[in-house]
Amino acid sequence: MDHKRAPLNRFLWVLGTIVVVLYALVPVAWLVSLSLKPADELSNGKFLPRSPTLDNYTGAKGVFNDPQFPSALRNSVGIALIATVLAVTLAMFAAYAIVRLDFPGKQFVLGGALAIAMFPPVSIIGPLFNMWRSLRLFDTWPGLIIPYMTFTLPLAIWTLSAFFREIPWDLDKAARVDGATPFQAFRRIIAPLAAPGVFTSAILVFIFAWNDFLFATSLTSTNRARTVPAAIAFFTGSSQFDFPAGQIAAGSVVVTIPIILMVLVFQRRIVAGLTSGAVKG
Amino acid sequence: MAEIVLDKVTKKYGDGFEAVKEADFTIRDGEFFILVGPSGCGKSTLLNMIVGLEDITSGELRVGGKVVNDVDPKDRNMAMVFQSYAIYPHLTVRENMEFPLKLRRMDKAEIDRRVDEAARILELTEHLDRKPGNLSGGQRQRVAMGRAVVREPSAFLMDEPLSNLDAKLRVQMRTAISRIQQRLGTTTVYVTHDQVEAMTLGDRVAVLRRGEVQQVGTPRELYNTPRNLFVAGFIGSPAMNLLPGELDGRNLRLPMVELELPEDVAERLDGRPGRVIAGIRPEDFEDATLVEDRSGGATFTTKVDVLEWLGSELYAHFAVEQGAGELADLAEDLETVELGGDEGAQVVARLDVRSDAREGRDAELWVNARAIHLFDPDDGRALVRHDESIDLRHGDEARSPREVAGAGG
Repeated sequence: MDHKRAPLNRFLWVLGTIVVVLYALVPVAWLVSLSLKPADELSNGKFLPRSPTLDNYTGAKGVFNDPQFPSALRNSVGIALIATVLAVTLAMFAAYAIVRLDFPGKQFVLGGALAIAMFPPVSIIGPLFNMWRSLRLFDTWPGLIIPYMTFTLPLAIWTLSAFFREIPWDLDKAARVDGATPFQAFRRIIAPLAAPGVFTSAILVFIFAWNDFLFATSLTSTNRARTVPAAIAFFTGSSQFDFPAGQIAAGSVVVTIPIILMVLVFQRRIVAGLTSGAVKG
Repeated sequence: MAEIVLDKVTKKYGDGFEAVKEADFTIRDGEFFILVGPSGCGKSTLLNMIVGLEDITSGELRVGGKVVNDVDPKDRNMAMVFQSYAIYPHLTVRENMEFPLKLRRMDKAEIDRRVDEAARILELTEHLDRKPGNLSGGQRQRVAMGRAVVREPSAFLMDEPLSNLDAKLRVQMRTAISRIQQRLGTTTVYVTHDQVEAMTLGDRVAVLRRGEVQQVGTPRELYNTPRNLFVAGFIGSPAMNLLPGELDGRNLRLPMVELELPEDVAERLDGRPGRVIAGIRPEDFEDATLVEDRSGGATFTTKVDVLEWLGSELYAHFAVEQGAGELADLAEDLETVELGGDEGAQVVARLDVRSDAREGRDAELWVNARAIHLFDPDDGRALVRHDESIDLRHGDEARSPREVAGAGG
């Protein structure tokens, strides 16, 4: 039976893989193709551009020469990175405390974090808009970093506490006996061991901040803090009848690249089973 | 200078559970001291309190004369070997051993000297650049030892360091630890549940049960003069046989035989009649035909159920009737001690290998009356110790430390 089933099995696997890959990548490929088409080809309905051009990227009307796109890119990178660093750092301390300490209200903290994660951001946009204006945070980097950090902290705390729980407590104790302060034990032993978890949550936080459209459109008004997803929406053609599909596609491709790079760079760290060999045999 | 004094050290948890009750003894400088007891007896908690990983609820812990109750573990200069080894998986063997020294900002040359030296002693030199993940259990164990040794600490604390090794390696490491400790002369506190480890390694041993120290003494003292039923049953392998007995003047009636106690023993019993529990070590039986002088003992005939021949040793198992019922409560109370089932108690006797006892046949056995231990059936206290006259109410702690030291060596 088995030797008959084997080829069928493999065929189904391959088929399944192809379906999934196509499903995920065709829109991306379409976007890339669109961004490489010159203006007159945009609506020809062909998948491959007949005469590929980088006009949409570097041409006179390309995204990099757009007045707002380069600054939007800068905002996006800066805001997402700072939000990520802050959220992950705070989450590390919080998760470590939750896992290692027994303090009153521990379950409440975890439950509260989960509740915040499930809270629909759109419901606080209105109040936030008014608050940010009176606090002078409207249209600033902190104005976006704070909500990004807040909404990603729960996820990061949950991810990291799962990782910390896997690290044998004896390692903290050993470090303490070896002469480390609690912070040294955390920084030199526990944090490196939790690195896969740190990178996992960092990627998730970064993606959230990078992709966010809701806060970015509502809490910014100029190039000072407007991020790429919002900026793309503000692309306008040379006239109101001109729809800049090519530039939008080019802008979308550009924003996708950092995410892909980040995942590629860190995935090896995430997969690496660093704790192997910590205890016993 | 690292005498560790425990002065009524108690650990009480938030839920009222007392893990350690008034532990009160002294671990002398350079001594190899063992904490032994069944799981859950509080021995690890005690160790963690000494190293500072657990708070002391009440009592005082003095190291080298100074009270260290509130000293942070990092400032106690003690090195610990964990049951799980707890070596840092992301660091190489060398980095693992360097870690405590680097934290002290020690000179690079000195660090290298110490690590190389420790690696040489522990035969880790060729593994220094490997990660723990690629090491065998025994090698990891040695890395954990090495990380303790390089620090030249005031005390080593070991929490069941050998329990994850296979039997052969365990015996090897046991002697290795003993040799390293003798060579360095560092005070060592060693936790184990294995009485064989306790007996072979320890200068002195503290037997714990349910958070209470039962007895502190040299392995010999614990073996020869157990202070109560628990110590009697815990120390020694095979365990001491415990049987119900009836005392009438100098006569002790046991299920299989009635015998006359030596005069000095009887004297100290103060003519106390009534029920007792008699403890007889397997080696205090002998094949009667091989005993030349049968005075000071009694002879009886019993059917040998099982005979175990181990080359140098011969163990005869036989059953005695009666008494199972009254011993059942006791068995429950003693946790680890086997007192037999409904059939009556099983008794193990160690015989001379020249004995011609056969399985399933009757054999004539002799029991040494001088070697019998007697215990109060109500509280398990030893009533008489046959070869040392120690005040029963006070026990070891009542004696001056010097006396104990003489015995401890």
